[in-house]
Amino acid sequence: MSFRDPDTEPIKKVSIIISKGSLEGIYPGLIMANGARAEGMEANLFFTFFGLDAIHKKRIDHIKVATVGNPAMHIPTLLGGLPGMSALATHMMSKKMDELDIPPIHEFIEMIGDTGAGMYACLASVDMFGLSKDDFVEQVNDIITVGDFYDLAAGGEIIFT
Amino acid sequence: MSTATYAGVTVELNDEGFFEDPNAWTPEMAEEMAKAEGIDALTPDHWKVLEYMRKEYFEKGTGPTVRVLGKNSGVDVKALYQLFPKGPAKMAARLAGIPKPKGCI
Repeated sequence: MSFRDPDTEPIKKVSIIISKGSLEGIYPGLIMANGARAEGMEANLFFTFFGLDAIHKKRIDHIKVATVGNPAMHIPTLLGGLPGMSALATHMMSKKMDELDIPPIHEFIEMIGDTGAGMYACLASVDMFGLSKDDFVEQVNDIITVGDFYDLAAGGEIIFT
Repeated sequence: MSTATYAGVTVELNDEGFFEDPNAWTPEMAEEMAKAEGIDALTPDHWKVLEYMRKEYFEKGTGPTVRVLGKNSGVDVKALYQLFPKGPAKMAARLAGIPKPKGCI
């Protein structure tokens, strides 16, 4: 088996794992996958645990910023836990992103599908949450095992977010 | 920096192969560069994108990202990746003789 020489060969393929279901947990992986395709690399996205919310039909339009347990929000944890705080922070951040022309998650997933990137749901998490393929947006190619994921990722870089 | 000769004219390119001077570009050069990039012939849709790239660059100082191209060039994202398999914004910018577009989306 041969590996890419990092000194001389550019990255040709990335497989990105999205494991969190918060707004700030989902966007970085989407931006990296979309950016990889824009650079002409092959890209796969693998959604696991709460990251499945990013491709869940009923949840994709309701992803929120985590305002508790996030010191970088610069608000006291107790305030962050008040009702409506997460919705408010999400609203403010979504507005800012819209100004910067960063698409909402649903539109972003559709766009990434159009770039030809692969999108997969983790079988163990799908079983754990009692979901099936019908629960996911149409861009999802398949529900796969961790072994299938490593097969898909072969020869490229793996990024966990 | 390096030089390359397209359509009989020598032009300066940066390290990534983008034109140093977008005004040195001609459509004939794009046809020749496209062949080297694996595109047999530039179709009307290719040209739609290249013309939009140049227009945006001269108006805004930077070329459009894939998202902007998909929304405004008249060619959707899916088709853009078919036309420019090595990355639409990047590849189209190179063929259009403008610098690599800045932007993350």
